[in-house]
Order: sequence, then structure tokens, then C-alpha cells
Amino acid sequence: MTTTVPIKEQEHSHGEHAGHPDHRMFGLATFLVADAMTFAGFFAAYLTFKAVNPLPDGAIYELELPLPILNTVLLLVSSATFHRAGQAIRQDDHGRCRRWLLITAGLGMAFLVSQMVEYFTLPFGLTDNLYASTFFAATGFHGLHVTLGALMTLIVWWQARQPQGRVTAADHFPLEAAELYWHFVDGIWVILFVILYLL
Amino acid sequence: MTISLPPETSSPPRLQPSGWLRYFSFSVDHKVIGLQYLVCGFVFYLIGGALAGAIRTELTSPVSDFMARDVYNQVLTLHGTVMIFLWIVPVVNGAFGNYLIPFYVGARDMAFPRLNAVAFWLIPPAGLMLITSYFLTGAAQSGWTAYPPLSITTPATGQIIWILSVLLLGGSSIFGGINFIATILKLRRPGLKLMQLPMYCWAMLGTSILVVLSTPVLAGTLVLLSFDIVAHTGFFNPTLGGNVVVYQHLFWFYSHPAVYIMVLPAFGLVSEILPVHARKPLFGYVTMVYSIMAIVVLGLIVWAHHMFTSGTPPWMRLFFTIATAFIAVPTGIKFFNWLATLWGGRISLNSAMLFSCGFIVNFVLGGITGVALAQVPFDIHVHDTYFVVAHFHYIVFGGSVFVIFASVYHWYPKFTGRMLNEDLGRLHCALTFIGFNLCFGPQHWLGLNGMPRRVAEYDPQFTLINQISSVGALLMAISTLPFLWNVIHSALNGPVAGDNPWKALTPEWLTSSPPPVENWIGEAPLVEEPYGYGVPPGELDLSAASGRDLWSSGK
Amino acid sequence: MQKMTSCCVDVCNTNAEKSSPFPDRNKALTITSWRTAASPIRCLKPGIDQVQIPSAILTLVIGMALALGGLWIGQNINLLPIDASANAPIYDELFKVLFTIGSILFVGIVGLLVFSLIRFRRRSGQLGDGLAIEGNLPLEIFWTAVPAVVVLFVGLYSYDIYDRMGGMVPLAHDHMGGAHEEQIWGGISSGSIESAAATNVLPVEVTAMQFAFLFHYPEGDITSGELHVPADRPITLRMEAKDVIHAFWVPEFRLKQDIIPGQPTQLSFTPTRTGRYPIVCAELCGPYHGGMRSTVVVESPEDWDSWYGQNAKAAPEEETLTIANA
Ligand code: HEA
Ligand code: HEA
Ligand code: CUA
Ligand SMILES: [Cu+2]
Repeated sequence: MTTTVPIKEQEHSHGEHAGHPDHRMFGLATFLVADAMTFAGFFAAYLTFKAVNPLPDGAIYELELPLPILNTVLLLVSSATFHRAGQAIRQDDHGRCRRWLLITAGLGMAFLVSQMVEYFTLPFGLTDNLYASTFFAATGFHGLHVTLGALMTLIVWWQARQPQGRVTAADHFPLEAAELYWHFVDGIWVILFVILYLL
Repeated sequence: MTISLPPETSSPPRLQPSGWLRYFSFSVDHKVIGLQYLVCGFVFYLIGGALAGAIRTELTSPVSDFMARDVYNQVLTLHGTVMIFLWIVPVVNGAFGNYLIPFYVGARDMAFPRLNAVAFWLIPPAGLMLITSYFLTGAAQSGWTAYPPLSITTPATGQIIWILSVLLLGGSSIFGGINFIATILKLRRPGLKLMQLPMYCWAMLGTSILVVLSTPVLAGTLVLLSFDIVAHTGFFNPTLGGNVVVYQHLFWFYSHPAVYIMVLPAFGLVSEILPVHARKPLFGYVTMVYSIMAIVVLGLIVWAHHMFTSGTPPWMRLFFTIATAFIAVPTGIKFFNWLATLWGGRISLNSAMLFSCGFIVNFVLGGITGVALAQVPFDIHVHDTYFVVAHFHYIVFGGSVFVIFASVYHWYPKFTGRMLNEDLGRLHCALTFIGFNLCFGPQHWLGLNGMPRRVAEYDPQFTLINQISSVGALLMAISTLPFLWNVIHSALNGPVAGDNPWKALTPEWLTSSPPPVENWIGEAPLVEEPYGYGVPPGELDLSAASGRDLWSSGK
Repeated sequence: MQKMTSCCVDVCNTNAEKSSPFPDRNKALTITSWRTAASPIRCLKPGIDQVQIPSAILTLVIGMALALGGLWIGQNINLLPIDASANAPIYDELFKVLFTIGSILFVGIVGLLVFSLIRFRRRSGQLGDGLAIEGNLPLEIFWTAVPAVVVLFVGLYSYDIYDRMGGMVPLAHDHMGGAHEEQIWGGISSGSIESAAATNVLPVEVTAMQFAFLFHYPEGDITSGELHVPADRPITLRMEAKDVIHAFWVPEFRLKQDIIPGQPTQLSFTPTRTGRYPIVCAELCGPYHGGMRSTVVVESPEDWDSWYGQNAKAAPEEETLTIANA
């Protein structure tokens, strides 16, 4: 058995051609697994605190549901809009793609604004009690992710401005990466919503 | 034995910085990065060793006389942190992983060369920051475990710098892990099957899975801890209603897997070294692979064995005892397979082999004390004593460090194209082995009889044993001298090694020594049997001068 | 050529095929005999049989010597300080078993390793490889099963030990007053050792702080820097830390319990041997962690009664004096 296949094509990850597996997406997915573990640590801490550390008397930890539900809807819709943008670029429709990207980024920023509103209307602050601290740590870390994702979406929006740019129908790694990341951030939010607001 | 060498279609080598300066540059060549990791790690080893020397000097007398008590705590914190995060983890993973994995999968470089360089270049600043903190503000002094509330109440600057540098090192480790997973799974040369990979690839795959799953938890935890310090939140601060045991769970969720991050790659390296010098195939390849994966899975679910005295509920102790002790089974498989690899071989008693065998001896002892520690009632007496210190030095020094030395002796001809002096190597091995056992053997007794760890002053009844231990440490320090001399002298004047001095069959030897920039001139060889030793003579001409001749002569 | 992936190679065939062109025939014999000694499959190759039986016996003899040697080591080498509490002898039983098993494994493995290194070393002038044996399934099963059984045995045995030491007993409820909802964290409970005498328990409150232990006897309102306890009476320590984590360790009692701020912890034991034993703080708690030590004084019940009687109503200042005299 003698096989000799040229491996020149698959060496460096950048400048890949369609048909070859894109290792960068694989790398990103692996990174997201790692990122998810960070959240898992926060959630585990929160759940343990809840199980063994009762709130001291007089401590206030109350969450309202309307804003977070709005936030959930915003993020879920934005996932769909990002998906639309991906479909558009595959059909080589840059205009439509950029429109959807802009909408996605807008929804992301709306989420951030609404999150800020929630922060400032909450009856407790960062250092008030254990749950409050954990709440802010988890949502804050997630908010950081949303900020990053919105920025990435805007960068992709910029990159997709010309048909020959970094984002094309044949090779749209930046868009794909940002999209995967965005879906990930949404998924984390759903878990976070269930754990922090519903349980 | 199916190996094919393609016709010499020389693709023009990609441009990389050349000359010695490339070792100080942002090189993306995996071999350069590997050596950068190795040398940088070794520098930190000397620093960590000097800190260990300070510890052992202080402990020659039962009173705190050599340094102030808080300085002692800083020194031991730095020693643990430097040795783990700047020496063992970067070297067994980063150094050998970067150097060898692309060869083993038949690739020209890692999957993400630039990420790879970034991962390396995070290390020197992080290490420098950690060590300068000692001189500028005083280093962290709550041990490498940084348990709150102590870490919240000790001077904040040192602790924050410690957290920052561990975060950087953790990031470096995660980037490295992602790169290894992608390289091993995605960059394999076409035609090369997973079950044909050299064992080190499997070890690195398992290790990288652990890195990716557990390091982020540590990162998150340390971020919370730093909030407690700077923002006065109360996650782990009982006076603010926090829970310190949660920190311990989160910390050990990383730091137990971290011990396998420190030792699985070493297992992989031993699996490469033994067959070559015993001239036999690696025994039980398939079970070796499964046992690595079993260690990965078990390693993720045993963390609370570090917390048996922390008031964990009984059911939890039962579960963690059994799970921990069961790690002895897959680990045992690996050891018995190595013994079977040696059995009936033609063993060259060179430095690489002797260090590997020293590893087996030390690790088995450390593993057995580990299984004892896993038993709750036993651990209740010896937890946080010198018995634990002895246990883990038998594993991290007697295990991982011995393997690092073995690997340097084994791959030095590949790195430099020159041979090391074997006599000096054996001297190094003997001195290290004796010094090591003298230093850490007696510590088992110390722990059993009442000496707690992390103390600068102790019960005078333990003076003599501590002095013996310090003499052992001195021997270990002396033993680095022949090694350093050997490595530096041989790089300039050592006998030329030839491409494949060990007549090894793994792919890194099937190219020149040191290898060209993209690993092979022409096509990468397809090695389907990396351990195909022991075939009857005649079928393969083992006196062939180089790996290339070796492979082409049979065809 | 054989594939790398086939881990199980029939050694009998391998030997028959591969050892023939091999210059050193002795090696082939050794391999076969070693293998048959350890696994049920026998090679029916004539000529090798003669070597088989002696080597099987040899293995048996070495195994027995190892086992006996290990037992001797476990029974006769004592690495522990004297035992001074009811659970210490139970602990020492476990230690003996672990030490025995550990010694057998360690000596056996190191012996095998050193033997291989000497027996199979490459002599000068020798060229060529060892035997191409890539694996052996029965052997693999053998050395998976044996450690699994050993580990399972050790785990269950140590659990039995732990149970006898009182580790599995639910902690006695807060009978020392205080908030009832407050959660009490584990340690060792004396419940199983003397469930009948549970009423006779002597409660002591322990406060750990940087860098001292403080003992308070709630019934006599005594506060002391040393722990005085009567022999053969169960003691329950209710421990609290003021600042950082400390740990209460008495090596002669084989007991250790972290004292975690925010988590009142309970630890019970029954001292059995009179004497003075060190109390050591085992958890890094700051610069003077090494100096955070105290003493537990185990006295005969009469001596203890008189100490207790002297101090019960005394003011804290005088009490220190009494301790110095005691
Ligand atoms: C590379 C590092 C490394 C490795 C691989 C291990 C491996 C193991 N460790 Fe260790 N350990 C540490 C590094 C390591 N450890 C460190 C650094 C600490 C202290 C941390 C701190 O507090 O600062 C520690 C502490 C530690 C503790 C906590 C002690 C305490 O603080 O009270 C425990 C308890 O269970 C433990 C157990 C084990 C076990 C069961 C293994 C097993 O994986 C070992 C398995 C191997 C073998 C058993 C040998 C080979 C097997 C055979 C030959 C088969 C036959 C054997 C039997 C049937 C027993 N370790
Ligand atoms: C991971 C790897 C690792 C390695 C390799 C070592 C290596 C050594 N360790 Fe370490 N050790 C730890 C990890 C490691 N250690 C950890 C994690 C802790 C726990 C920390 C904590 O509690 O938080 C610890 C704690 C620890 C203690 C306990 C301190 C205490 O609890 O109070 C002691 C005491 O003897 C010790 C000793 C040594 C010695 C003598 C060596 C020797 O083997 C070192 C040999 C090397 C040398 C001697 C270097 C030789 C070179 C020179 C001397 C040249 C001089 C240098 C310059 C000019 C720059 N170590
Ligand atoms: Cu208190 Cu150490
Ligand atoms: Cu562990």
C-alpha cells in the first residue's frame, strides 16, 4: 500500500480553498467549548451558592422578568437575522447580507441597552450579597461576549462592503465565524436565563 | 512496513527568519517555537529550583532564621507556581508538543502557526511579571492554591499579579490545546489513520481535551477571586456571606486535571523513547490509547480528593475515593505495557533509557502513595503534610522532570544534529536519582509523624530528617551542572549525530537533523508503523546510516 | 507485515515465525515461558515445555516471596507515631494494609524493571532488534483486572475503616445550643464508636484565629489555650474560625479537620492514652502558620476532674496560671 498525496494544500490555515476542511472553524468551535466551560464554572458556583448559602435576613435579591424576556427575544431574533445574513452571502447578495448584519448588530446593541436598563433598575448592587455578585458576574461576562459579538458583526458588515472583499460567496470565513460565535452567545444566554431568572 | 518517499519535488521553502536570532523572534515555525518553549521553560526551572533551594535552606533548622516567615510563604508560592505553570506544563506540552506533533501527523506546521507563536509569547511576560512582583511589591503568599480567605487578606498587589500571570499562562495553555487538537485531528497527512499515530499524539490529544475543558474554569474562578480582592465582592469571603469551599471545588476542578496535563504528555514521551532504545514495538498500542482516554475521563471527576478535610458530605467522599483510586487501573495498564515493551528487548542503557526507567520507579511509588491518599481515612491524617509534598514531588519531579530529561537526551540529536556525551548523561541521571530519593523519600515519614507543609518553623524532633532532605536537594542542584555543561558543550563540539542516530522509525527521524524549515524536503513520509521494530534482520537493513536510507532500501 | 493496530498477537505463532531467523534463541524461550506463566494460554511447542514448568514455579516462588515480604514489611515497619485515640488503631490497621499492598506492588514492579534492564541489556557488539511482540490480549486483561480488584478492595476496605472511625455517621445534632437552623459541617463523629455513651459526650468549643487555638468548655465556662480532655470519654469539638481557614490536627489521634470560616464544623473523638500531644494547624493561614500550635493534654478522668473543678469557676486570668502548673 503506497499512497502519496500532496499535502502542500493543507498546510497553513490561512488562504484555504473551498473543498478543504476549514480548520479555523474547527479551532473556533474548540475555543467555544472552552468558553462554555468558563460559563459552566459560573453557573456551578451560582447553583452551589443557592443550595448551601441562604440569603441573610434583610438582603435583597429580586429579579423582574419582563426585561430579561425581552432580552431573550432580542437575542433569539438576532440569531435568526444572522442566519439570514449567512444565507444571503451564499447567494452572493451582498446588499441583503449587509442589511441583515446591521439588523443583527442593532439587536445586539438593543440587548446591551436593555441589559443596562435592568442593571440600573435592580434593587441591589454588585457587592450587596452573594447572589447579587454572582448575578452581575455571570450577566456581565455574557454582556462582554455580546459586545464583542456585536463588534465582530459590524466588522464583518464592513468587510462585506465589496463583492471582492474579505467576505465573498465562496469564502466567507469571517462571517461564518462571527455567526457561530453569535449563536453560541445566544445559547449561553438561554441557559443563563433559565438558571438565573427562572430557577 | 509501508513507507513511500515521493520523487524529489522540492517546493521552495517558505521564508522564515534564520540564524540564532529566530529563537528570539515571533517565529511561526513549530520547531523554533518548540525550542523556545523548552529553553524558556528550563530557565524558569532554574529559577524554581533556586527557590526550592531557598526553601530547603530555611528548613535545615527548625526555627525561621534564613528568611522572614512571610518571605518564606512568598518563596513557596512562587516555587509551586513557577514549577507548574512555567516549567512542567509549558515544557511537556508546549515544547515537545510543538516540536513533535507536526512531524507525527505528517504536517509542515501546526494548524494555527500564528496562534502558536502568540501562545508562546504570552509566557515570558507572564513569568517575568510573576517573578518581578517578588522584588517590587512582594509576591503572593497564599500558596499555589491561593485559597481564600487567606488570598483575600494577604497583600493585594502580589496576589493580583499572581492572578494576572496565571490567567495569561492559562490562556497560553488553552491556545496551545486548541492548536494541538486541530493539528492532530485535522492536519493528519492523507492516508495516515488515527490508530497509526505515535502514542505521544494520543497523549497530547487527551491532554489538550483536559486543557480545553478545565483551564477556563480556573480562569473564571480567578476572575471571581480578583473581584473579591479589588471590588470587595463576597464570592469567597465568608464575612460577606461567601463560600470558600466553592472556590476549592472550582480550583481543583482545574488543578486536578492539571496534574494529568503535567503527566500524560510525559507518558506519551516515554512511549516514544522506550521502543527505540529497547528495539521492540510498543506493547499493547490499542490498550495504551484507551487507557489515556480513560485517564482523561476519570481525571475530570475526581477533584474533591483534595478536599477530604474540608467538610464535604460523606457520599461525596465515597464517590471521589472510588473514582480517584480507579485511575490506578488505566495508569497501571500503561506501566505494565512499558514493562512488557522492555521485556525481551535489546535495551541500550543510555541516558534516555535510564531516565525513563527512573521515571517508572519514581512514578510507581508516587502513584501508590497517591492511591493511599485517595482513601479518605488515610488522607484525613496526612492531608496538608509533607506526605503530600513527597507524593507529588515523586510524581512531578520523579515523573515529569525525569521524562523531560530523558526526552532531551533522546531528541537532542534531532534538535541540534549533535550527540550528547553519554557518560555525563549517566552521571547526571545517577546524581539526580540519588539526590531526588534522598530529598523526598524521608518526607513521607515527616508527614506521617506530624510535620505540616508550608511551614518555615517546625518541631525540632524533625531536624535531622529535614537536613537529610536538604542534602538531597543540594545533590539535585549539583546534578544539573553536568547536564548544563553537556547541553551547551555538545551543541558546539559534540560529535555529529547523523540524521537518525537511534535508527528510530517515527517520522521526525526521517528527515535531516536538524530538520529543514518545512520538515521534509519534498513529500512527508507516510509512517504506518511507527513502532515497527523487532522485525527479523534481512527484511530491513538497520545498519543503514539515515532514516531515509532506511526507508528507501527496502523498496 | 503485521498492522500496528492489531494489539493481540499470538505469541506462539510469532515466536515460531519470527524467532527462527533470530540469532539468539534463548530470548525466544524466555519470552514464551514468561508469557505462559502469567496467562492461561499455553504454547504447545515441543522443546519449550521444559523451560516452562520451572519458570512457572519460579514465578510462583517469587510471587510468594513478594507477598510474604510485603506482609512482613506491613506488619513490622511502623512509620506512625503512637496512637492515642479510639480511632487511631483502626487507622493503623488501614495503614498496614496499604503499606503491605504498596510494598508488594512497588518491589514487584521495580524488581521486574531492574531484572529486564540487566537481563535484556544490549551487550557490546550486539546488533539487531528485540522480538516483534506487539501485544497480548490475555495479558492485558490480566493486568487490568488485578489492579481493578485491588483498588476496589482497598476502596471498600477503607470505607469500612472510615465507617468504624465514625466518618459516615450523621453528625450529632447541635446539642450545644445556638441557632438550630445553622448547618453543621462534617468531620468525624463519635456516634458509631460509642452510641451508648453518647450522652456522656464532653462538648468543647474551639475557636481558631490567626495564630492560635482557643478552647472553651461551655458547661464549666472555662476558656483555655490548651485542650484538656479526660481519657476514654467521647469529646465533641465544635469548631469555628474567625478569619481564614485553619485546620485542627493531632497526629497521635490521626484526625484532621479544616476549620472554615462561615462553616461551624464538628469533630468527635475519644482519647485513649494519657499524655501531651501536639495540636498542629495544618492549613496555610499566614506567616505564623508554622507557629500555630497548641497541646492536647489527655488526663486520667480523676486528674481531669480536678483540673476541671479547679478551673470551672475561676476567672480567665487565674486559669492560665493553673494550666502552667498542670
Ligand atoms: C503530575 C502530577 C500528579 C499526578 C499524575 C498525580 C497522580 C495521582 N494523585 Fe496526586 N497530587 C499532585 C500531583 C499529581 N498526582 C499534586 C501536585 C498534589 C498536591 C496539590 C497541593 O495540595 O498542592 C497531589 C495531591 C493528591 C491528593 C490530595 C492529597 C491531599 O492534599 O490530602 C490525592 C488524594 O487522593 C492524590 C491522589 C493521586 C492519585 C490516586 C494519582 C493517580 O493518578 C496515580 C496512579 C498511578 C499509580 C497507582 C501507579 C501505577 C499503577 C500501577 C503500577 C498499577 C497497580 C497499582 C495499584 C493497584 C495501586 N494526589
Ligand atoms: C511541578 C514541579 C515541581 C518541581 C520540579 C519541584 C522541585 C523541587 N521542590 Fe517543590 N513544590 C511544587 C512543585 C515542584 N517542586 C509545588 C506545586 C509545591 C507546593 C507549593 C505550595 O505549597 O503552594 C512545592 C513545594 C515544595 C516544598 C514544600 C514547601 C512547604 O510546603 O513548605 C519543598 C520542600 O522541600 C519543595 C522542594 C523541592 C525541591 C528540593 C525540588 C528540586 O527537585 C528542585 C531541583 C532543581 C534545582 C535545585 C535547580 C538547580 C539549579 C540551580 C540551583 C541553579 C541556581 C539558579 C540560578 C543561578 C538562577 N517543594
Ligand atoms: Cu492556622 Cu495554619
Ligand atoms: Cu488530584
